[in-house]
Amino acid sequence: MNFAYSDEQRMLADTLERLVADQAPTETDALHGEPSPLWGTFAELGLLQLPFTEEAGGLGGDGIDVMIVMQALGRGLVREPYLAGLLLPGTLLARLADAPQRERWLAPLLEGELRLALAWQETAARYDAHAIATCARRQADGWIIEGAKQVVIAAPSATALLVSARVDDGTLGVFLVPADSPGLERRDYPTLDDQIASDVQLKGVALPHDARLGEDAAEALAEVLALGRAALCAEAVGAMEAACDQTLAYLKERRQFGTPLASFQVLQHRMVDMHLNLEQARSMAILAAASLERPSDERDYRVAAAKAYCGEAARFVAEQAIQLHGAMGMTEECRISHYARHLVMFDHHLGDVDHHLEFVSEGLSAA
Amino acid sequence: MNLEFTAEEQAFRREVRDFLATGLPDDIRERVRLGRRLSADDHLRWQDSLSVRGWLGVNWPQEHGGPGWGPVERHIFEEECAAAHAPTIVPFGVSMVAPVIMKFGSETQKRHYVPRILSNQDWWCQGYSEPGAGSDLASLRTRAVRDGDEYVVTGQKSWTTLGQHANMMFCLVRTDPEAKKQAGISFLLIDMETPGISVRPIITLDGAHEVNEVFLDEVRVPVANRIGEEGQGWTCAKFLLTHERTGIAGLGHAKQALRHLKSVALEIQHRGRPLLEQPHFRQRVVKAEIELMALEVTHLRVLAAARDGGAPGAESSLLKVRGSELRQELSELTRRALGPQALPFFPDHLYGDQELEREEAEHAALGAQYFNRRKLSIYGGSNEIQKSIVAKTLLGM
Ligand SMILES: Cc1cc2nc3c(=O)[nH]c(=O)nc-3n(C[C@H](O)[C@H](O)[C@H](O)COP(=O)(O)OP(=O)(O)OC[C@H]3O[C@@H](n4cnc5c(N)ncnc54)[C@H](O)[C@@H]3O)c2cc1C
Repeated sequence: MNFAYSDEQRMLADTLERLVADQAPTETDALHGEPSPLWGTFAELGLLQLPFTEEAGGLGGDGIDVMIVMQALGRGLVREPYLAGLLLPGTLLARLADAPQRERWLAPLLEGELRLALAWQETAARYDAHAIATCARRQADGWIIEGAKQVVIAAPSATALLVSARVDDGTLGVFLVPADSPGLERRDYPTLDDQIASDVQLKGVALPHDARLGEDAAEALAEVLALGRAALCAEAVGAMEAACDQTLAYLKERRQFGTPLASFQVLQHRMVDMHLNLEQARSMAILAAASLERPSDERDYRVAAAKAYCGEAARFVAEQAIQLHGAMGMTEECRISHYARHLVMFDHHLGDVDHHLEFVSEGLSAA
Repeated sequence: MNLEFTAEEQAFRREVRDFLATGLPDDIRERVRLGRRLSADDHLRWQDSLSVRGWLGVNWPQEHGGPGWGPVERHIFEEECAAAHAPTIVPFGVSMVAPVIMKFGSETQKRHYVPRILSNQDWWCQGYSEPGAGSDLASLRTRAVRDGDEYVVTGQKSWTTLGQHANMMFCLVRTDPEAKKQAGISFLLIDMETPGISVRPIITLDGAHEVNEVFLDEVRVPVANRIGEEGQGWTCAKFLLTHERTGIAGLGHAKQALRHLKSVALEIQHRGRPLLEQPHFRQRVVKAEIELMALEVTHLRVLAAARDGGAPGAESSLLKVRGSELRQELSELTRRALGPQALPFFPDHLYGDQELEREEAEHAALGAQYFNRRKLSIYGGSNEIQKSIVAKTLLGM
């Protein structure tokens, strides 16, 4: 057993820490359209290649490497769509695409020349990636996609969407749909956690034969969503760290009744509870990251457990961070409120506490 | 023991309900229902309607133009208003400064201010908190220096709710820097038009403009605007706090929030069935429901005691703690019920004129509302402070 980072990982963590430390908060407006200068820096540092296999043109990073990146981004509250615009669509693409498809989409993605988004979610299906209504019909000259996807994170900045759809033979298909395809309508909006997203209508979108990535994509999608969930947990841990640090600093600095808030025992204990939640969540995020290569049953069980745990922990930390800052914590101006929104809304990405508890309880072993 | 309302009380409830059916403008009702911003005019239209009916001074005695209700009637009124999506009466004039003026003000002050509050001529805001004085209110530093018939006031107030609409502020100021903390404080009424006052918005984490900073730079306030004696401000403030705490459990709001949660969870689907039927989620709702049942009876016990002459003391702290926790939990469950749909944020719809599709508008406010409700455990004496009050006064710890 060894919880230490390798030398390379140590360096990666240090580099990222420096990078995010002097980042100004990203404006959601800036998340539309062209990749920002920071995205270019990500490309230079190899962060865009890191999570992909060497065979796919990447650096062969593992779950722990992804965890290191996401934790740093969470800590710095960097809202660049590393997960939604790169990691999720990119790993699915790498997993399913043939050589020409990779050439066309994956290579420029890894170079930072374009971004993608994964359109898997339909609100009628809540967080279930399989119970979807969007369908793909085979035509003589290709495919027709019909349906709608909701809250597709990072879609406004994506050149193309990876769209999941039920194919007429009953399999789950993933299709590469260029954002400017006729019949694709997007409505963009900011989210409560300072990201951008879209609701997407697909009205008889016609695609060529080679728009489908691989064959049945069910297992690949499950794998990618597991990676995404583990990554989100790591990001939340980073944000919890920052929220705990800032709250602690505030308690030491803010004085009421002639003494620092930090001297009140009830607040000390609360702070300890926040810290305890952080450390437990960190353990679960590590467990999830380290389980991504396991057989799918075991992987999904642990990842669901981690996502459920981190959801509760993140909410606790967020709520207490606001509470202990008093009215100050309620303001847009104070950074802690942005962390709090991020940590609370974490639960609405890739399945909430209830969703994952349901999954874990279905798989609970009696022993 | 009998937990039922009397026949008169039930008749009163019907009377309130009938009034709300016609006295509350539909457009305002709809904005409250959807959690959209209310303009100053919305508040005034509703309060004018109440004023005409003789129901604005909910906690006032009849001699001042109030309806003369007891605590039980007030409770019924608040509950019905929340159920009908009526705006909350802006409390600063009616429920806060008016009782102070009635109790400590001079005859001239009463004759001038009280009728103006009842006719919505003045919009009051509360200038208590300062950047350095929150829970420890008595450490406030805004200075008032006597100069002939005037005080010259300099300092800063913060978190001033709806100060952007106010033309009057009641303010705690330090008139004697030498005296012991509480003893050097006076209670002043300040016209917001006076030169030297500037109001700056503070945007909260839900994107709303509810609170403000108020800067006072050598603002000249007539000594005649002081309530009570110099140095008696703390007594006024404490008296006011007891008024602030009636209805603090927010029971009517909690009941409305629970109804709303159930309707959302019935409509949202989970695996082809209403989310409310999902056992885990359902149990969360059930727990909130039972907590609310308990809170209602506790609340009624406190009300009955108040009706029979006891002044609610630390009991109202208990109601505030549990009431705010429950309302926060209900807003959490409602946000959770929405699933991915809780993420979109439409500030221009909530706080501006942008219109959304019907279905979208139904849910648009719920995510932001969860964040807004965090204030319930912070303002009006934070929950930590309330618990300290209970520990000290009720439990003798
Ligand atoms: C939305 C909103 C509207 C408001 N409107 C108004 C208004 O109109 N007028 C006005 O005057 N004020 C208003 N307030 C201010 C409100 O009264 C203060 O926020 C409140 O008194 C708490 O003070 P603070 O925010 O400075 O927090 P602090 O006093 O700094 O407290 C920070 C944290 O420390 C805790 N704490 C402090 N002291 C102790 C202690 N002794 N023991 C244990 N824990 C402690 C608190 O509970 C809190 O969790 C408003 C606040 C909000 C959020």
